[in-house]
Formats: sequence, structure tokens, C-alpha cells
Amino acid sequence: MFGFILKRLGVMALTALCLSFVVFMFVNLEPNLKKLAIFQTESRATADDLNRWLERNGYRDNYLVRYGRWIGLAQKQPVMDPTTGQQVPRFRYCDDPAVPTYSGVLQGDFGCSTAFRTTVASKLGESLRATGILMFWVMITMVPISLLIGVLAGMREGSKTDRTLSIGSIATTATPEYVSGVLFTALFATGLGWLNGSAATALTQGVSFYNFTLPVMTMAIYGIGYIARMTRASMAEVMTSQYIRTARLKGMSFRAVVMKHALRNALIAPFTVIMLQFPWLLTGVVVVESMFNYKGFGYLLVQAASNNDIDMVLACGLVSVVLVLMTQLISDIGYAFLNPRIRVS
Amino acid sequence: MESVGVISIIAGIIGRFWPVWLSLAAMMFLSFSFRKKLGLYGQVMGSRVGVVGVMICGFWLFTAIFADIIGTVDPRVQLSAMKNAIPGATDPETNVVFYLGGDQLARDVFSRVVHGARIVLTIAPAATLIAFIVGITLGLPAGYFGGRVDNTLSFLANLVLAFPVILLFYLLVTPGIMETPIPYVMAGFFFMFPVIFFVTLFWTKFSARPEKVWIYVAVTLVLGLWLYVGLVFDADPLGIVHIEPNELNIFVAVVFASSPGVFRIVRGLTLDIMTRDYVSAAQTRGEAPWYIMLWEILPNARGPLIVDACLRIGYTTILLGTLGFFGLGMGSESPDWGTAIKDGSKIAQLRLFTWQGVSPALALMSLVLGLNLLADALREESLKD
Repeated sequence: MFGFILKRLGVMALTALCLSFVVFMFVNLEPNLKKLAIFQTESRATADDLNRWLERNGYRDNYLVRYGRWIGLAQKQPVMDPTTGQQVPRFRYCDDPAVPTYSGVLQGDFGCSTAFRTTVASKLGESLRATGILMFWVMITMVPISLLIGVLAGMREGSKTDRTLSIGSIATTATPEYVSGVLFTALFATGLGWLNGSAATALTQGVSFYNFTLPVMTMAIYGIGYIARMTRASMAEVMTSQYIRTARLKGMSFRAVVMKHALRNALIAPFTVIMLQFPWLLTGVVVVESMFNYKGFGYLLVQAASNNDIDMVLACGLVSVVLVLMTQLISDIGYAFLNPRIRVS
Repeated sequence: MESVGVISIIAGIIGRFWPVWLSLAAMMFLSFSFRKKLGLYGQVMGSRVGVVGVMICGFWLFTAIFADIIGTVDPRVQLSAMKNAIPGATDPETNVVFYLGGDQLARDVFSRVVHGARIVLTIAPAATLIAFIVGITLGLPAGYFGGRVDNTLSFLANLVLAFPVILLFYLLVTPGIMETPIPYVMAGFFFMFPVIFFVTLFWTKFSARPEKVWIYVAVTLVLGLWLYVGLVFDADPLGIVHIEPNELNIFVAVVFASSPGVFRIVRGLTLDIMTRDYVSAAQTRGEAPWYIMLWEILPNARGPLIVDACLRIGYTTILLGTLGFFGLGMGSESPDWGTAIKDGSKIAQLRLFTWQGVSPALALMSLVLGLNLLADALREESLKD
């Protein structure tokens, strides 16, 4: 088991390295660098000026060296003003090291955000906290509801309950967040006036039913259908197995069979599915946060990407990739633990 | 400003869709009459869920085909009097009724939703098709040969799958990236697969009959290269095949995002089917590996693949909507549903002029729902055998 986890961790690190390099290449494409230089040199700079700015700040160095600097495996060089010989920081709002130092992601330095005019690390922390709150409530509502629907539907395959619930779950998988968000807001905020169409107050005045229900509902609904369908399939399969029939023939009540024998085995597969939902939830987070004005990770990603904030996009990319890989690992390990038929040697 | 009542709005909309109702009636009539001869499709017509699915998909398909007849005005034209007009309002100058109201740029929401169907229903199925061909061409050898081929391809597929879709789109679909060769290189890579696929398909089947194989291969190459030149280099000598650079960019991004999923499914199916007797029989006969993959394994994997294709067209529709919602790739004038939802979903807009966001949202939802229902019915029917 230990060797298996170690091997998986190795593959994970390799994947994260590859993906972060791809992101690095993409955010450092020539048009993006040019935009950054134009933005930083402010007024009427010529093409030469832009080039000089990029060169002086190290944006023209070798890709691998720069990637190494970002990770923290190569030294970051201080930027010198060629006329005065004094050190000038790359961006006014962040400190740069005065001597060549290793200062990258491994050392906890994520760089400098040009869109928010502060260090990436300070911004990233608070927005991840905000998104964490949102995710917590989404999980709290999504998981029990979808498991309940799935178990009820799969318990008696082909019954009327099953068909109704299945059609319902198909319908929810057909409503992506930006559709359900629009429909729910139109219905509950504009039409009935029960809920607030904006979650901006959730961060300043605290989470309440009034400002947080719409975003949570919108995000949960897309996942519910998917998890419920997986649970249903798993439950239906378990219900046809031999030991369930034996338990029934023994004279146990249907209820007891479901509760004592079927549930535990039927919930193994959905566990994996729930874990693998995280990458999907990330897209949902981005949609919901920009729709309901909630300043979390998704909002940060949108702002960073649309304002050409190179270091911030890199950090967001790294965080999301690591998150996805971690959930994959947890789902694999969890599956091996939960399922007695799987033994990793 | 004059406006018509709810009943005339509903009647008017139903009336505008007359070509769709006619075609739909004809399609359903034919489907039911020849139900016994239509194989899997005919079986689907036997289940209620399947019929509903087929009808919804057919509705949007015919809407896309007849969009010019159904739409009341050009979806891009702005009639200044109709800014944020309520549903049923009539334009004082032209006397055109805006059945679903006007949007914030004074365009007809109804016509935009109808024309949006055309954009979605061209890009989504085409992108899914290419993604399938890429996934099949790479998934078959990965499953069949295993070993290093499988490890490399699976690692690459997992790389793409571990990439959050939204980040991928923000990196791949930006105005800046069209200045670089990246979209064209990727398009060149992906559009190569259909040509390779069909040439291999015909070559493995007919290589013993030269008179036949050359015709097939020549036709594939001429057609394939013509489309290839037109789509990738935008240099079709006949001037028929043409795609806007931003559309190509979207297309490539969507194919890139969904082909690893197809790869995984095909690989899994190949591993399963490889254990069957008819594959061993073909191997004993001494058939070439690619013949076995394309003519023994692939046809027997068609059931799950058709179901997945239905689901995936729906998923691609959702992806296109996501792109539009974030204003990526599609022009701001474009009538596609995602862009319309983005414009209509701003809080102020949604509070006062609900119809601007709700109409395209319902359209997108119904299309994906139809595809999902169809997929569900297909799965049920193919499991019955």
C-alpha cells in the first residue's frame, strides 16, 4: 500500500510539473508579454522600449531558466537600473530580493499580481478561504441529496419512483451552472423575491440563507444528477447480487436488507465519483462566482486571466491542477480501502 | 409602444416554427412506419423517453436548418426603439413583433435564439465527430498493443483530463493566441486524424483488391486534403470551405478538451472486446493488427460509443455555452446561446429584463436534455439485447 501511494505521488508530481510548464508557456506567449510591457511602461512606448523593458526585467531569458525561477530551483536576479546602477523592483507594489536568491513556489513566493497590485500569495489565501466556504455548503447539500435520490431510485429498479427520479436526474445534468443560475435567479430573486441575486454580502456580513442559497443551489444542481445516476447504477447492481437474495430469502425485511447489506457496498462507487467531481466543480465555481459576484477563487481566476496577470494565472493554474490530482489520489486510495475485493500489493 | 398579449405571443411563436412542425411530423411519421427496419433507432422509438428525446433533438435540428425562415429579423440588426422591449412588443417602424422581447442592444431575442441553434448545432456535432475520430484512432492501439504505447498515450490523456476545463479555455481561446501559430498547429494536428483514420480503414479492408482500394483511398485523400487545406490554412482553391479564425480556435479547444475522454472509453472497450473469441479467431487467421482493431473491435464497440456520442454532443453544447458565457472566442455580436446568457445574466439585466437571459438558457437546457434523454433511451435499448 505504501509503495502504491509513493508511486502515485511520483506520477502526480510529474503531472503537476508538466502541466505547470504548459501553463507557464501559455501565459508567457509573446502577445501576453507585449501586453504586460505596454501596461507597465504606461504611455507611448515604442516597440524598442517595450523590448528593453522585457529584457531588463528578465522576460527574455531562457524559458527553462525562467520556469526554474518561478518554481524556485533557479535564482531570481535583482533588476538594476542601467543609468543609476540602483536596484528597482520589477513592479512597484511588490518587493524584489536585492541579491540573487532562490525565491519561487517551493519557497512560498508565488510572484506579483499586476491586476490586484499586491503579492499573489496574499490574494490567493483569502480567495481560497472564500471558495472553501462555498464548497463546504455545496458539498453539505449536494452529497446527501444525490445519495438519497440514487439509493431510492436504485432500490427498486424499474419502479415508478425509479423512473421519476431518473428523469429528474437527467434533467439536472442537462442544466449547467450558467443556465440554472439564470433560471433560479429569475424565479427566486426577480419573480418571488425570496432570495438575493448577489452573494457579495456573504463575505462582508456573513453567510445567510438570503444571500447564499442561490449560489449553493446553482452549483449543487449540476452535480446532483450525475452522482445520483452513479449511485443508482451501483445500487441497482448490488440489489441483484446473490447475497441480497440470500438475505431476503432468510426472511429479513426489505428495509433491513437495504440498510444493513446493500447500502455499504452500493456507496463505494459513488465515493469515487464524488471525489472526481472536484474538477467539474471548479468550472462551476468560476461560473457561479462571476455570476453572483462572490469574490473567491473563481473570481480571481477570471480577473487574472482577463487582465493578463501572468503570475496570478500561474498560481491559479497550479492550485487547480494540484487540487484535481489530490482528489484523484484520494479517490484511488479510498476506493482501495473501502472495497474489500481490491488489494494493492 | 404597442404590444400583443400572452396568447398571441404563444400563437405567434408556434406559427413561426411551421417548417419545423411539418418536418418533425414527417420525420416521426417515417420513423414510426419503418420502425421495424431501422435497427437501434427503431427500437428507441418504442420507448416514451426515446420518442421525447428524438422529438426535442429533431426540433432543434430543424430549427437550425430553417433558421432564416423562422427568425423574424436578422439576429444582428438593431432596431433602436426596441431596446429592452418587453416580450410581444411591436416595432413602430417596421411593425415586426418581438415575440421574446428585445435585448440591451435592441436586437430581437427570438431571432437570436433561433439563429443561435444554427451555431451550436454546427459546431457541437462537428467537434464531437472530430474528437471521436481522434479518440478512436489513439484509443484502439493503446488498448490493443498495451505496453509503452498505452502508457505514453494514457499519461498524455490524463494530463489533459487533469487540466481544469475553464483554465484550458482561458489559455487556449484568447484574442492574443490567434497571433501565434498555436491554434493552426493544433488544427493541423487534429484534422489529420480523419484522413489517417479513413485511409487506414479502407486500406486494411481492401488491400487485397487493388482496383477497389485505390479508388477509396484516392477519394478519401482528395476530399480529406481539400477540407484540410480549407479548414487549417483557409486556402480552399474553390473558395467553398471557409472557417473564421475565432471559430477554428473554439473548435480546436473543444476537440482538445473532449478527445481524451473518448480515448479513455475506446481504450477500455478495446481491452474488454479483445478477450472475445472472434478477436482470437482473427488473430489466428493472421489478420493485421489494424484490421482487427478497425473491422473486428470497433464495430462491436459501437453501442456504448453511440450512447457516449449523444451525451458528448450535449456536453460539447455546454462547453460552447461556457465559452460564450465568459466571452471567449465568440464575437460579441454572435447570437450563440452562451453569449446571450452572459449578456442577460448580469444582475441588473436579470432583475428588470428577465427574458433576455431566460430564453437562451431554456433553449440550451432543452437541447441538452433532449440529447441526454436520447442517450438514456439508446442505452436502455442496447442493453436489452
